[in-house]
Amino acid sequence: MNSTYFIELFLGGLTRGSIYALIALGYTMVYGIIQLINFAHGEIYMIGAFTALIVSGALAFTGLDPVLIFLIAAVVAVVWSASYGITMEKIAYKPLRKAPRLSALISAIGMSMFLQNYVLLAQTSDFQPFPELIPDLAFLDPVSNIMNTTQFIILVTTAVVMILFTLLIRYTRIGKAMRATAQDKIMAQLVGINVNRVIMFTFLIGSSTAAIGGVLISSHVGQINFYIGFIAGIKAFVAAVLGGIGSIPGAVLGSFVLGLTESFGTGYISSDYEDVFAFAFLIIILIFRPSGLLGKPTKKKV
Amino acid sequence: MKKFTVIFLVAAVLVSFAFLSGCSKDSGTIKIGVAGAHSGDLASYGIPSVKAAELVVEDWNANGGVLGKQIELVVEDDVCKPEVATNTAAKLVGEEVVAVIGHICSGATKAALGIYKDSDIICISPSATNPPLTQSGDYPNFYRTIAPDDAQARLEVDFATQTLGFKKLAVLHDKGDYGKGLAEFAKAMIESDGVAEIVLYEGITVGAVDYSAVLNKVKNSGAEAIIYGGYHPEASKLVGQMRKKGMDTVFISDDGVKDDTFIKVAGEYAEGVYATGPMDTSSNTLTMAANKAHQDKYGEDPGAFFLNAYAATTAILNAIEKAGSTDYDALTKALQSEYVDTTLGSISFDNKGDAIGVGFSVFQVQNGVYVEIQ
Repeated sequence: MNSTYFIELFLGGLTRGSIYALIALGYTMVYGIIQLINFAHGEIYMIGAFTALIVSGALAFTGLDPVLIFLIAAVVAVVWSASYGITMEKIAYKPLRKAPRLSALISAIGMSMFLQNYVLLAQTSDFQPFPELIPDLAFLDPVSNIMNTTQFIILVTTAVVMILFTLLIRYTRIGKAMRATAQDKIMAQLVGINVNRVIMFTFLIGSSTAAIGGVLISSHVGQINFYIGFIAGIKAFVAAVLGGIGSIPGAVLGSFVLGLTESFGTGYISSDYEDVFAFAFLIIILIFRPSGLLGKPTKKKV
Repeated sequence: MKKFTVIFLVAAVLVSFAFLSGCSKDSGTIKIGVAGAHSGDLASYGIPSVKAAELVVEDWNANGGVLGKQIELVVEDDVCKPEVATNTAAKLVGEEVVAVIGHICSGATKAALGIYKDSDIICISPSATNPPLTQSGDYPNFYRTIAPDDAQARLEVDFATQTLGFKKLAVLHDKGDYGKGLAEFAKAMIESDGVAEIVLYEGITVGAVDYSAVLNKVKNSGAEAIIYGGYHPEASKLVGQMRKKGMDTVFISDDGVKDDTFIKVAGEYAEGVYATGPMDTSSNTLTMAANKAHQDKYGEDPGAFFLNAYAATTAILNAIEKAGSTDYDALTKALQSEYVDTTLGSISFDNKGDAIGVGFSVFQVQNGVYVEIQ
């Protein structure tokens, strides 16, 4: 096999991995803080994409520079999705904080269905074209057959988001509070951390990254409908579990492993079994490392 | 005592039926059977054919019938079930019909065909699309006014290998019944033709975020064109990502892609894409007249296979007239040699029973609309 082909598959896999990573971050963060698998997370991603579509559609008539429209649409999408995320937490999860974990999980599934059907009714079930607002970057021309502009932007954005994230969690007060809440909620409250605010902030950050993902991926794929959140959400969830749910570097690693497995599986064996490779890999990893690649095994005191 | 009464009543009913059917023989009419699903789940596929046959026959009878006799329709229900269809066929044979319009479902049609064949009765289906019904050669009495399932694949393959002259083809599908079915037909045809080579045959995952891996594979395989079996959402993603990668591989697809949503979503990338779709006959004067007759009589637009059944009835009546008799061999000759103007355009039948002039055309996206390629 020639090496260009390998590089193409590798970069394709990285792009996929970045896409999964942007969504998987939200899953893993929420799980880390309140041990809830937020199934409605994929829907936040979808709402981000739709917001960007509506905003850019409205701005298209103003004659602004496409890049500017894209940036405005992205910012509005992030703000809008973040407010959805926070509202969702207030309505569906906060009242259930003391309830058994299963109740919150059912509430999350309900939220996911509600948001899907809400968008289905408010928009249509048809696929909508997503405008191409990112201009082709000139310096990528010579390698456009290997990597195109949207792929490049997805990779760079993901990298930047990851770095900002790590800095936020390691070196800021709120990051410290998040880590403390994740370790022990009651103890964190005792030392004066406003746990409710930390949880709200977690949803805000998680929803924002999902919205960024939604805008970038829709620009890459060029079409959206109400159902995109479900499929992307499932894959990102698998990536988060693969990396060890609750662990942020784990979610990123898991996403890249998943993206690359799918890409190489398709490229060297057959695309008929794309999902089979992804899930077979998940099972193998979980047999040998039940808490995921970077997850810490939970110790139960007897 | 009661038992005897029941037996007597049943016997009386049977005798009276025999008497009735005995009466209707020799009544000086030409009988045409209409068989299909007229009740049950699939009735909506069968009823429009009955209405079509009735409209055509009313029209002909008003103009003096055929061969100087009035035409009489014998309508029988097979509920689309093969086991019922054999009884339906036996009844129609007993009624001494000259030909049968139907059946509707491929399975029921196949079950009934053997019975018609033994009695030398011609059968024209408006809707049975299963390819072997004609291609196997087992049923020389069978004709149809609809293109078989593999007609699209045949057209796509011929267009790619002959019209465009490609030697290396990639066949992709969406793993669904429709898409994979078409892709399998296309693959088998390319292999048996031996003109072109299949360099890649793969299924893709519906709804995936990105198809760059499979597109890299297409590029690496050196394929000149992709034949894709599936629907427009995946097709627009494939075409968009392919063009963004700078690949100019020709994209040929099917009826599932010949949809305006495809052009809307794929935008400028849709330009030049080929897709096959049913020939457009809506501007045909006969078609407009048939639709209007249905509107006038029933106050609604016709249902499924109405035009196909209309054409089938017209074709058989025309054949009887041209042959000058209802003899099986004469009818066969007339069906296969005469062209007749119908609601599907001017049609005839090949020696296997498939309609010539009915079927699919290749369309290409040009300046944002599908244009039929002659």
